[in-house]
Amino acid sequence: KMFEKNLNDLVRGIRANKSNEAKYIAQCIEEIKHELRQDNTNVKANAICKLIYLQMFGYDISWAAFNVIEVMSSTKFTHKRIGYLASSQCFTEDMDILTLTTNLIRKDFSSQNQYDAAVTLNGLSCFVSADLARDLANDVITLLASTKPYIRKRAIIVLYKIFLKFPEALRPAYPRLKAKLDDPEPSVQSAAVNVICELARKNPQNYLSLAPIFFKLMTNSTNNWMLIKIIKLFAALTPLEPRLGKKLIEPLTNLIHSTSAMSLLYECINTVIAVLLAFTSMPNHSSSVQLCVSKLRLLIEDADQNLKYLGLLAMSKILKAHPKAVQAHKDMILRCLDDKDESIKLRALDLLSGMISKKNLVEIVKKLMRHIETTESTSYRDELLSKIIHICSQSNYQYVADFEWYISVLVELAQVDGIHHGSLVATQLLDVTVRVKGIRRFSVQQMTMLLENSKLMGITAQGSSTGDVFFAAAWIVGEFSEHLSDLRSIMHIFLQPRATSLPPPVQAVIVHNILKLYSRIYLKAENDNDQDTIAEVTQMLIDQLPMFGESSDLEVQERACCAIQMLKYIQKIRDKGLTVTDEVREMFAGELNPVATKAQKKVPVPEGLNLDIWINDPPSDSSDDELNNDAMFVTEEDHNNIQGIKYPKVDEDELKKRREARKLEQENNPYYIKGNTKSKELEGPDINDIPVASLDLTVPLKVPGNMILSTL
Amino acid sequence: MIRAIMIFNNHGKPRLMKFFEYYSEEIQQQILRETYHLVSKRDDNVCNFLEGGSLIGGDSGYKLIYRHYATLYFVFCVDSSESELGILDLIQVFVETLDKHFENVCELDLIFHIDKVHYILAEIVMGGMVLETNMTDVLTHLDAQAKTEKSEAGITAAPARAISAVKSMGPNVSMPHMPHFNFKSH
Repeated sequence: KMFEKNLNDLVRGIRANKSNEAKYIAQCIEEIKHELRQDNTNVKANAICKLIYLQMFGYDISWAAFNVIEVMSSTKFTHKRIGYLASSQCFTEDMDILTLTTNLIRKDFSSQNQYDAAVTLNGLSCFVSADLARDLANDVITLLASTKPYIRKRAIIVLYKIFLKFPEALRPAYPRLKAKLDDPEPSVQSAAVNVICELARKNPQNYLSLAPIFFKLMTNSTNNWMLIKIIKLFAALTPLEPRLGKKLIEPLTNLIHSTSAMSLLYECINTVIAVLLAFTSMPNHSSSVQLCVSKLRLLIEDADQNLKYLGLLAMSKILKAHPKAVQAHKDMILRCLDDKDESIKLRALDLLSGMISKKNLVEIVKKLMRHIETTESTSYRDELLSKIIHICSQSNYQYVADFEWYISVLVELAQVDGIHHGSLVATQLLDVTVRVKGIRRFSVQQMTMLLENSKLMGITAQGSSTGDVFFAAAWIVGEFSEHLSDLRSIMHIFLQPRATSLPPPVQAVIVHNILKLYSRIYLKAENDNDQDTIAEVTQMLIDQLPMFGESSDLEVQERACCAIQMLKYIQKIRDKGLTVTDEVREMFAGELNPVATKAQKKVPVPEGLNLDIWINDPPSDSSDDELNNDAMFVTEEDHNNIQGIKYPKVDEDELKKRREARKLEQENNPYYIKGNTKSKELEGPDINDIPVASLDLTVPLKVPGNMILSTL
Repeated sequence: MIRAIMIFNNHGKPRLMKFFEYYSEEIQQQILRETYHLVSKRDDNVCNFLEGGSLIGGDSGYKLIYRHYATLYFVFCVDSSESELGILDLIQVFVETLDKHFENVCELDLIFHIDKVHYILAEIVMGGMVLETNMTDVLTHLDAQAKTEKSEAGITAAPARAISAVKSMGPNVSMPHMPHFNFKSH
C-alpha cells in the first residue's frame, strides 16, 4: 500500500522538482483529490494540510470546501484545527456550503476543550457571513461570559466581525460588550477596548459617552497596548468634544514625562497635537506645544531611523497649527534631507514646503537644487522638482521677491536630465512671463539661450518632457519678440530640419510663432524700406514651411498649410505692387492679457436686463418630495429605529393643486390612456372622495426565534 | 486593524500569507509581489515603515511595517488605528515566539511547518486584532495544544513509540537494520 505524502514529503518533493514544479504539484493535487475520497479522516486531514501549503503559493483550494468541513467535524482536536485553519484561508462569505457549518460551530463552542472553541472562533472570524452572523450572534454573546479568559477575548473579537456583517446585533450586545471593559483579565479588557475603538472610529459621535470610562482606564492601566488604543481613540474624539480635549492635556503630559515606552510616548504626543489642533485657544497650550516640539526634536535627532521618521511625521501635524514653533528647527529639518533613507527625505521635504517664508525661500530652493544635482533616485528628483515649483508658486507667488531669480531657477530646472515635469516648468515659465511684465525682456533673453542650447532640440526621448519647455520657450520668444535682438537667428533655429521630430504640439507652436516673427521682421523691413529682405524672407518661409506641412499631425499640418497660403497670398499681392503692411501688422497686434477669475463679476449688467427672471415658463413642480440621497441607505441607527414609514402631512390646498397638475399632465400626455368617459352610470365613486386612511403599523409582526423581525 | 501579515524570503518566496480581508488567490500573489518589490529594495538601515502599495490601498491610509531577519521579511499591513512602533514590537514578539517554539528558528522550520507557524500566529493575532502579547502565555497554550495533539496521535504513532521504547531498554539491544535515507539539505 502506498503511503500518502504528508506535508513534509510534499514540501521536499516540490523542492526536489524545481525544474518541473507545476507538473509535480498538479500530480500532488491529483493525489490529494484521491485521498479526499477516502473514508479515513486522518487521510483527509493530512490532505487538507497539504492544500493549505499549496494555497500559499496561489492555488485555489475552495473546491475542497466540503472536505474541509468534514475535517472540521472530526472529534479529534488535531483534525479540527487543520480544518478550521483551511476554512480561514479559503472560505468566502458567499459560499452556500457555509450553512453546513452553523450547527458544527455551535457544537464546537460548547466543547469541554477550550481549544476546540478557540480554533472555531478563529476560523469564524475569517469567514463569517451575514447569515452565520445572524444565526450565531447569540451563541457568541453567551461565550462572553465563559469562565475562561482565553475564550472571552476571542469571543469579543468575533463579535466585532459579527457586527460588521449583521449590524442589528450591535444594539442588544452592546451592554455585554461594554461590561467587558471591566473584565478582571487584562487581555480581555484589552480586546474589548480594541473592538470598541474600531466601532468608535466608524461612528465617533455614538461613543463619546464612553469617554469617562476610557479616561479611568487610561489613568489606571499599565497595559501599553491598551493605553495606546485608548489614546489614539481620544485623538479621534477630541474634535467632537472640546471639554474632553482640555481634560486630556494633563494626564497626557504626565505620561509623556513618565513613560519609557517610545510607542506610548509617540502616541501621547500625537494626541496632544490633535487636541491643540482642534482648539488653539487653550490656556497653557504654548507650553504643551513647546513640550511636544522638544520631544519630537529628540526623536528626529535619534539615530534610530524609525524614530526620525515618526518625529518628522508628527512635526508636519504641528506645522499646520503652530508654524512658528516648527520654523525654529529649520536647520535640523534641512539636515534630514541629507539622510540616506528616502522615506525620511520625503517627509523632510514635505515639512519644509510648509515652512516657507519670504526670507528663507531662496536659501531653501538653493539647497533643494543642489539635491537635484546630486541625487541618483529619479523619483526623488521628480519630487524635489515639483516641490520647488510648488513652494515658489503657492499663494500666487506670495514668497517670490525677485522674479528674475525665479525665471533663472526655472531655466536651470529645465536643463535637468530626464525630468518628468517639463510641463510643470513650462507652465510656470509661461505664467510668470505673461503676468510679470517687467521681467519679459529677461525671460526672452533666457529663452533665447535655452533655444540656442542644442540639448533641447535633440530631446525627443520617451518620457522626457523637456520638449514641453521648448514649447514655452518658442511661444515666449514669439509673443514678446519686441525684446529679441536677433529675430533671424531664432527663425533659423525654428526652421532646422530636426524640428520636425519634436512633439507635435511643440511644432504647432513653432509654426505659429514663426508667423509672429515674420510679421515683426516684415514691419521692421517695411520701416527701413528694405523690400529685398521682405521678399527674401517670404520666399524662404514658403520654401521651408512645407516640411511642417507634411506632418502627420493634423494641427501642425493645418497651421503650416494656412501659413504657407497666407505667405503666398502676401507674395502675390506684393507682386502686383500693392501693399499689405497694415494687414500684416493687424495679424498680431494687441496684447493678450491674463484674465482674473473674478473679472466676469466686474462686468456691469446692461440696463434693463434682469438675470433672475425666467426666460421661458418654469417647468411644473414635481409632486414628490425630493429624494434625499443621504437617507437612501438605511444607517445602523435608522434600522434599529424603524417603526413604520411616515408619510408627510399635506394640506387640502396642496392636494388640490397636485390634482390639477396631475390632470393637466394627463391631458397633455399623448401616451396616457384615458378611461372611457361615455358610460357615466358605471363610473364608480369619484376617486377624490375616497378617504386616505393611515395603516396602524404598530401591530407587532413577531415571529419567535427570528432576530430581524423581532426588532420591528 | 491589521489587514494582512506576510512572511517571505529574500527572493520573494512566500513563507506565510494571512489576509484578514478577502482577496482572491490571484490578488494575494499580486500583493505579495508588489510588497516584495517595495520592501526588498530598501537598505537595511532605513526606517521600517512604508506607505502601502497601490493594491493594498496606497491612499487609504494603509502602511507597511516590516522587519528583516536574516533571509526573511516579516511584513504587517495595517491601517491608521495601529501604532507603528507597537506593531514593530509585535513583530518582535512573534519572531521570538517562533524562536522559542522551534528552538533557534530558521527559514527551513517555517518551510516545513507552515501549519505550526499559523497556529503560533493565531495565538497572537486573530481577525486582524491583537489577542496576546505575552510570550510566556502564548507558549503555554501552544504546549497544551501540542500535548493534545500528541495524545490524539495515539495508535497511529505506536510503531515510532515502540521503537523508542525498545531503544531505551539498553545500549546493547540491537535494532533491525534500517535502510539509510540520504536527505539532501535544500
